[in-house]
Amino acid sequence: MPESILTVEGLKTYFFTEAGVVQAVDGISFNLRKGESLGLVGESGSGKTVSALSVLRIVPRPGKIIEGKIEFNGHNLLKKTEEEMRKIRGNEIAIIFQDPSSSLNPVYTIETQLKDVITAHQTQPREQAREKVMELLKLVGIPDPETRMMEYPHQFSGGMKQRVAIARALALEPKLLFADEPTTNLDVTIQAQVLGLLNDLKKKLGMSLVMISHDMGIIAEMTARIVVLYAGRVCEIARTNDLFEQPRHPYTAALLEAVPRLDMRKTLQVIPGNIPNLIEPPSGCRFHPRCEYSQDICAKKVPTLEQVGPDHFVACHMWQKITLKGERASHE
Amino acid sequence: MNDALIHVRNLVKHFPVYSRGVLLKKEIGVVHAVDNISFDIMKRETFGLVGESGCGKTTAARLILNLIEPTSGEVFFQGENVFEKFKSASKEEKLGLRRKMQLIFQNPYGSLDPRMTVFDLISEPFIIHKHVPKEEWKERVYKLLSLVGLEEYHAERYPHEFSGGQRQRICIARALAVEPKFLIADEPVSSLDVSIRAQILNLLDELQKQIGLTYLYISHDLSSVRQISQRVAVMYLGEIVELANTDDLFENPLHPYTNALIQAVPIPDPKTKRMRIILPGEVPSPINPPTGCRFQPRCPYAKQCPKEAPKLADVGNGHLVACHRAY
Repeated sequence: MPESILTVEGLKTYFFTEAGVVQAVDGISFNLRKGESLGLVGESGSGKTVSALSVLRIVPRPGKIIEGKIEFNGHNLLKKTEEEMRKIRGNEIAIIFQDPSSSLNPVYTIETQLKDVITAHQTQPREQAREKVMELLKLVGIPDPETRMMEYPHQFSGGMKQRVAIARALALEPKLLFADEPTTNLDVTIQAQVLGLLNDLKKKLGMSLVMISHDMGIIAEMTARIVVLYAGRVCEIARTNDLFEQPRHPYTAALLEAVPRLDMRKTLQVIPGNIPNLIEPPSGCRFHPRCEYSQDICAKKVPTLEQVGPDHFVACHMWQKITLKGERASHE
Repeated sequence: MNDALIHVRNLVKHFPVYSRGVLLKKEIGVVHAVDNISFDIMKRETFGLVGESGCGKTTAARLILNLIEPTSGEVFFQGENVFEKFKSASKEEKLGLRRKMQLIFQNPYGSLDPRMTVFDLISEPFIIHKHVPKEEWKERVYKLLSLVGLEEYHAERYPHEFSGGQRQRICIARALAVEPKFLIADEPVSSLDVSIRAQILNLLDELQKQIGLTYLYISHDLSSVRQISQRVAVMYLGEIVELANTDDLFENPLHPYTNALIQAVPIPDPKTKRMRIILPGEVPSPINPPTGCRFQPRCPYAKQCPKEAPKLADVGNGHLVACHRAY
């Protein structure tokens, strides 16, 4: 088994707001192997973005990492000084955000913004950096990079901006890339272009990729293994095929049944209720108020991750007693 | 097949674009937002309208409701010419027509007044349309709340106390307060979480069965369109390129754009491997759309196509397509 590039253990990131403490990430553990594509799936407020921000240590105030261990290439990132983290960000770990328009600076040209990234980390003259910028823009498929690099972000369309953001993230050839809903703002045909690009680049550069999304379709297509998050905790970790074929956690199963599919019409199974408020999250298993298999123990005790098969972990008290219909099983 | 509720005929909307300046403002171009579209929506049908951003689907909806004036073309609602009626009719008649056609929007956060309680929000249409005597308001509001799956005690609360899905339910209740026949749902689930989307889609479906509503369902999300619609029209750059029964369209798309659009949607099943056609480039600007077939610059098959624009034609079974290769 290839070694891990990133191990997150018992990560807790809370936000200390005036309304109370939001337990956004509450004891999340997962690992990422070298060259792997891992999916972080969950709905809004499940903690997927905060987990990524925690790894890069860029959690905005009033958020704070309370405890846990984040090991990247054998180093605990939570022990690093800010100066050391700066060297890691961009150089070794990079991130692409959902909204490319707000992650690019509107008053600088594309060339300047990409050059800044390169020269901030590497000691090379800016003239040489220009070559590199051109190379990068070519890599992400921007036509006519020589003229386009002198333009400003507003002159680019959404898909093109996201390509620039990808180029910027890849400028220093990071070993690990977080892609946080990189295509949510884009049209489907452009989404297909960007996902295809990410896949190609990952292969070409041999990166490890953490794909964050709420879209089960994108996750199915892009990843080899999946971590399902709900209300700041891990529900299930499994290989992509196993997760779709035989989900073990009631939430995963319900989520798969609730998503309309393009290739078939089916009865959508509804998950009752709403996503919980994380200032006063439900006791025990956070999914229990919405879970159809919930028993007394679910409200009392927090379930721990148990191994249920090769590479398959689930955090549910009831997993042995229930058989869940997989997405496939119910239609074949 | 039962008869049509809505006829849309050769609907066109062009928005002029002006140069900068106050005194010497010159028209420098025209946005072809909606360009000559025609379709019918049957009674009790859900008609899906799909396309990428900027293809004109929302403009089409606003034209049908006469919220904006069309450049040309006609819309008939139950045989009545909507535009003429809005030009000539008295205020009461206009209101009467408005009552029959309602709209729900994408963002349930922006479409509810934060300073009104749910009761006020849902009973506001009663004040405008005066179709419910005041004694019955309470009863009606409660009935509407239960219809959309909310509780009576919710009536005294304010919008900020609700989640996105619940707010969308309030918007639906508000639209239903005037007993419409026709409801346009413009991306009603796009801003909701995945586990909540199914709730709203199922609710729309149930309401249709219970009170016989007709929907125009607008979305860029093909999976939800497939789930909810009986017939679907695909728009590209202001034009309808294909229109067919839902299963027909998704299983046997005839227009290369429809096909590419379908292939581009990721399917939540790792075992489905597909031949993906990645369309090169982007949607051209609707200010100077390509002449002839508008899809031609991105089309993988367009090499031998004639210069003139293809017409939307029936190729059998009510399957309409505008492509030179299809007929």
